[in-house]
Amino acid sequence: MSGRVLVIGVGNPLRGDDGIGPAVVEALRGRVPQDTVLVVSDGEPARMLDLWRGADSVVVVEALRAEPARPGEVRTLTPVEAACHAPGTASTHAFGLGECLALAEALDQLPHRLVVHAVEVADVALGAGLSEAVRSALPELTDRVAASVRQAYARNH
Amino acid sequence: MNHGGTRVLRLDALARVEGEAALHLRVDGGTVVETRLRIYEPPRFFEAFLTGRAHTEPPDITARICGICPVAYQMSACQAIENACGVTVDGPLAELRRLLYCGEWIESHTLHIYLLHAPDFLGHADVVGLARDQRAAVERGLRLKQAGNAIIEQLGGRPIHPVNVRVGGFYRTPTPQELRPLAERLRQAREDALETVRWVAAFDFPDTVCDHDLLALRDPGRYAIDSGTPAVMAAHGGSPALREFTLSDFEQRVQEGQVPYSTALTATLDGRRFLTGPLARYAINGRWLHPVAAEAARAAGLGDPAGGAICDNPFRSIVVRAVEVVHAVEEALRIIDGYEQPLRPAVQVPPRKAVGAGATEAPRGLLYHRYVLAEDGTLTEARIVPPTAQNQTAIEEDVRRAVQARLNRVGPAADDEELTHLCERAIRNHDPCISCAAHFLDLTVERR
Repeated sequence: MSGRVLVIGVGNPLRGDDGIGPAVVEALRGRVPQDTVLVVSDGEPARMLDLWRGADSVVVVEALRAEPARPGEVRTLTPVEAACHAPGTASTHAFGLGECLALAEALDQLPHRLVVHAVEVADVALGAGLSEAVRSALPELTDRVAASVRQAYARNH
Repeated sequence: MNHGGTRVLRLDALARVEGEAALHLRVDGGTVVETRLRIYEPPRFFEAFLTGRAHTEPPDITARICGICPVAYQMSACQAIENACGVTVDGPLAELRRLLYCGEWIESHTLHIYLLHAPDFLGHADVVGLARDQRAAVERGLRLKQAGNAIIEQLGGRPIHPVNVRVGGFYRTPTPQELRPLAERLRQAREDALETVRWVAAFDFPDTVCDHDLLALRDPGRYAIDSGTPAVMAAHGGSPALREFTLSDFEQRVQEGQVPYSTALTATLDGRRFLTGPLARYAINGRWLHPVAAEAARAAGLGDPAGGAICDNPFRSIVVRAVEVVHAVEEALRIIDGYEQPLRPAVQVPPRKAVGAGATEAPRGLLYHRYVLAEDGTLTEARIVPPTAQNQTAIEEDVRRAVQARLNRVGPAADDEELTHLCERAIRNHDPCISCAAHFLDLTVERR
């Protein structure tokens, strides 16, 4: 293993709170070791698998749609928990993370260590900008991701 | 559900289709009386979003409409604005654009073939089941798709929503040396693409025929991707002759209308139902396929495209897509082999008060843009006609026919699960790209 530490912010900044993944990636700049790989992705499975090939530790930041919703609530999920929540709705994008993890598992392409930090969203309509609830969760979410990155480096040394 | 002979089947959410859509089907006494594909994503907000922006902005903004085909949006947007400003981009810059578009065709088609469509033919609920059963095939698909990604990343500056495209060309063009590793990757991709054609050709296809009019760009001498003139092949016109029309007539010929149940518009072509996408492109452009792709098509049982063979079975669209991937790989290799870096990365596109239209062949069909520019280049009006809206009526008709054919069959009655699966397949045949990139991990939480 290369020891590479990768943070993937999944989301689209033009879909309201779905921009939280990219926002966390921005917030992390300067807060994590320089060789941490910070990327933004649309979450499409083939690209995700390509991104984490060869990475030792992967931290995924994702928007979470929950019912009933508690916008701004931050959650941390293991790959198994995240894969269990493969969505029953439409779209290859909803065929996002849960199915992506299941596909990776079926192909033996799951990273050694992967953790998902997510925040429950309020508004994902077209348009830029986070809702107040999600914006106020940004510091906590960023802290959790930074902590996961620190732990990954601690394990590597 | 059965209610005194009337049966209503609802698919609340269609899986493995871009974006969000639902289907409502009403069956009355063994006859399908209503088919409504309800698209509840509102992508056309983008048209309002664009008003008031500079004429340089549409390639970046419209790229965000779709995470799967951003290049199509960028290319149609660039063409429309350059058309308004009286600028023609040709030579190596046009070739680079075509190369970028080939990358998107490879990526998007391969995604659809392997991750979305093939599970339908092989008895799997999704690609995860397929990966457990045919791991080598799924790995081949991912490898092929990544070759497309690599082109987009190299030319577009990043793997999603390319940032290197601008009106007039690119911000930076690659050196021939920079493209060389792509060529190596594409030679492997050629094998994977040919194997893909063989793989899908062996699937079991329902025996059905569609009779929609076909609309695709036509670019004599080459298979239309990034340019061409709209051409129509009538389904049963009695005359096989193609009729072309100019792009400035597009909105008179392709008329959009609203239906109350969907946020997407529907469209007719000269008042008739029509289809755009791979089946239309193959029918109208087949004779200009690269010889390797044409041979793959013949071997796959599609007939001889050079002799005018067309494919009118929507379930076989997966084979046509696979053939188009071979063509895109060959075309990409040809462009890289002959590439010379242009002197400038872009030509100037000075604004003027004008109207311009542009159309290119997105992987799932013809994508039309029109912009109205003020003197300083500010957009005062934008119009985007995506392939999915054009195809909606044809898709509904395919669904109706598929269900009706099943209901007419003697033997055990179809249950809702079987009909649901059939409807989903009929829709997925057209790879509709219903929305833009939003994705979520759905989760149900019980609060106590």
